[in-house]
Amino acid sequence: MNRMSVAEKLSINKYELDEGMPHIEVNNEICQAICEDKACLFVCPANVYSEQDGKIVADWAGCLECGACKAACSAEALVWSYPRGGFGIIYRNG
Amino acid sequence: MDDIYDAIIVGAGLAGSAAAIKLAQQGLEVVLIERGPYPGSKNLSGGVLYGRVLNDLIPNYWEEAPIERYITNQVVTFMTEDASFNIDFKTQKFNTPPYNGFSVLRAKFDRWLAEKAEANGTMLVPGIRVDHLIQKESRVVGIVAGDEQMYAKVVIAADGANSFLAQEAGLHQRIPTKHLAVGVKELIGLPRETIEERFHLTGNEGAAYGIVGFATHGVPGGAFLYTNQESISIGIVMHINETVRTKTRPADVIESFLAHPMIAPLIKDGKLLEYGAHLIPEGGLEMMPKLFTSGMLVVGDAAGLSVNNGFVVRGMDLALGSGIAAAEAVLEAKEKNDFSAESLSMYQKKLESSFVLKDMNTYAGAPYFMKRSRLYDSYPDFLTRMMTEIYLQESMPKDHILSSAMKSLKKSGISLIDLAKDGLGVRNL
Repeated sequence: MNRMSVAEKLSINKYELDEGMPHIEVNNEICQAICEDKACLFVCPANVYSEQDGKIVADWAGCLECGACKAACSAEALVWSYPRGGFGIIYRNG
Repeated sequence: MDDIYDAIIVGAGLAGSAAAIKLAQQGLEVVLIERGPYPGSKNLSGGVLYGRVLNDLIPNYWEEAPIERYITNQVVTFMTEDASFNIDFKTQKFNTPPYNGFSVLRAKFDRWLAEKAEANGTMLVPGIRVDHLIQKESRVVGIVAGDEQMYAKVVIAADGANSFLAQEAGLHQRIPTKHLAVGVKELIGLPRETIEERFHLTGNEGAAYGIVGFATHGVPGGAFLYTNQESISIGIVMHINETVRTKTRPADVIESFLAHPMIAPLIKDGKLLEYGAHLIPEGGLEMMPKLFTSGMLVVGDAAGLSVNNGFVVRGMDLALGSGIAAAEAVLEAKEKNDFSAESLSMYQKKLESSFVLKDMNTYAGAPYFMKRSRLYDSYPDFLTRMMTEIYLQESMPKDHILSSAMKSLKKSGISLIDLAKDGLGVRNL
């Protein structure tokens, strides 16, 4: 099959976007103070995290809600909850 | 005073719905809360549901459950970059009721199971995220969801591997990353006939593969593939601590796995239907939180219930078993009208005497063994090197097979001491 980028893969999924209600917040002060490995940048299967102007930014709309980032963030710089009820990823098959 | 339900169950996955069915059948007032718009909408299956326990819950379940395929072909694959070595087992014994194991798509399966709970009188409330517990005098008495508060004699936390509720109740701390894995999965659509031809299946038969080695670029974990009716579930599982240490990207690893010469032809011309990820509790007994406190029980993934002995990866049947055990404990507590920690400790006893904790105990050493890096690089290398030596016919005289094996062992960097150690380690499986 024709292999696809992560963004293309996510575009096939069904999401109910909770606009203006991010369920992930990055505490960049902690990141800059103690984080060395920046695990969020590579561990997330949905490529939610990127680094822009030296800051970690979470593009939370594509989140698959696995929680790998939170587990991998030894600095505990992520405030991560599930999206509000009914919102977020909606698996049609699972 | 608000109504006080007998039980509030948080999470309508397999553990939550199993508990709800058992409780509602006995006439208890049960509320089953699900954060997704429907049960299963947040869940992913990464393997086979070993279904005997389901038959205890719903006799002759196969007559109505949305099952994809009955697994009659189990394969373990040791994979290197350009070779693979399979242990391939087929039996028709697994194709008759009560079926041994089957593949499911959770969005369909969990919805069906929650409907069974509803049919027994459970109040199913989807689309609601439980934010917090309500605790009074160190006893859990209810939950908060947005502006709503709900009270119950017991709360059953069936809220998955991230279990925020178990943490809030102080039953466990932050789970060490060595006990957690991330699973990434693609669902690839293919016509039924194509799947049956490629995997040599007839009718509702199905195949399930567990793959170690190059599949995860040597990171502990593995890959899986199983057939559904008209799709293939395929993906990787990577332990988080080693993923972080080696700075490996799971999103890239699944790409190179799907492009592997053994895998690519199996999914050729398939259409991606869904891309998902989920956290997997892999730590076994060592990561298990305390399973009960006053007014609360923890079940399923939230309780860290899983078994992985390399051949068989289980979680869904343990979830069902724990839900049933929790319900039995709650029924006894209700009888005594005592929902204290001491009374609810019956849950632990029931789990210990059921297959759930017995199997977790049997395989208590497996998580250590399954973390050994030799399993992910040296052994796949050794096996494929040895087979290459055996089959390769050059213009030179051949060695005896044993001698080929010994040379391959050496080239793969496995010492006889390693071999002996791992031989002993196999007792854990």
